[in-house]
Amino acid sequence: MSTTATAIDNKKGLWRGGVSPFKASYGKLMMWFFLLSDAFTFSTLLVTYAFIRWSAPAYKGEASDFVFSTEYWPIPEKVYEAFPGFHGVELPLVFVGLMTFILIMSSVTMVLAVEAGHRMDRKSVVKWMLWTIIGGIAFLGCQAWEWTHFINGTEAGTIGDVVKNGLWINNYEIHGANLTFNQYGPPAFAALFFFITGFHGFHVFSGVVINVIIFFNSATGMYERRGHYEMIEKVGLYWHFVDLVWVFVFTFFYLI
Amino acid sequence: MEQVSNVVVQPADRKKIWGIWKVALILFIVTSIEYVFAFTMSKGMLLNVIFVTLTIVKATYIVSEFMHLGHEIKSLMYSIILPMLFIVWLIVSLVNIEGAAIKGARGTQDFTGSNGATEQVDEGH
Repeated sequence: MSTTATAIDNKKGLWRGGVSPFKASYGKLMMWFFLLSDAFTFSTLLVTYAFIRWSAPAYKGEASDFVFSTEYWPIPEKVYEAFPGFHGVELPLVFVGLMTFILIMSSVTMVLAVEAGHRMDRKSVVKWMLWTIIGGIAFLGCQAWEWTHFINGTEAGTIGDVVKNGLWINNYEIHGANLTFNQYGPPAFAALFFFITGFHGFHVFSGVVINVIIFFNSATGMYERRGHYEMIEKVGLYWHFVDLVWVFVFTFFYLI
Repeated sequence: MEQVSNVVVQPADRKKIWGIWKVALILFIVTSIEYVFAFTMSKGMLLNVIFVTLTIVKATYIVSEFMHLGHEIKSLMYSIILPMLFIVWLIVSLVNIEGAAIKGARGTQDFTGSNGATEQVDEGH
């Protein structure tokens, strides 16, 4: 490529070829377009969530009088108020705050890894990649705990009408949540929780796997021999995107 | 390092590193503000608008600084941001207009908390 390009060197130009479109490398550009399409996918999930939620009965009473019912949409901070080791203590949104902190921190360590890669500093890249992986695994662990708590529910439970084995059962005591019914609210509430946080969690999981791969590649000096650490940048884009999606999930699912 | 390497490691630019941590600090501060609003304000459209605005502030910092899009050339920036603006438009219209319209068409009643007339009539039963 370079030999033919140098022969007609002065023909380089935006519309003549020889330069990268958008002055970005192929890999980075394709990562951007993949992330754009992935953002569309997440948008459909958020649209679905918002649409179902806004057309469902809302709870308009006092927040202090709130009890779970299958008849109306729950107040999020009443659902997510558990923290590991603090059984029975109401700590609304504290755990999800910790998860947000972990994910933003792992995004920061990823930027530091990219920055170290620009300086060809292999040791720093390896160090920051390791922190990023630890952050990702910590987030997944938190999510596993949150899911377990969500599925098992609270001792109090909720009385509601459910369909079980094809029959309507009135005044059934519901504990926890599954895809058919849940103690927190309408069935769609738990289904959307599983689907949206699950889809995001799967992205985090894939991100951790890819991070481990590039961690080993940079530790063994593959990118040093290659002469650049662009792979860290590309995976970094994906990792920040996962953080970005979490920012939106956090707002729409836990705050609003 | 076992192999002989002629890679020159450049020294870290302290200003650049501080810039990264500054963005992180901003993200934490904005999140804290969201928490303050979540626990001091009552639920309503105003609070939702505040949350979405602060979320977009956070998203802007992540995309333009962490993902470096703010430092790419303008045409790349717009080819990513413009489609997303249309998506945001779609989300807002689907939530506010469609969601409310379906709710109204179904005649769904909100739960008011007062003991009278709290029994929900669910046609799906």
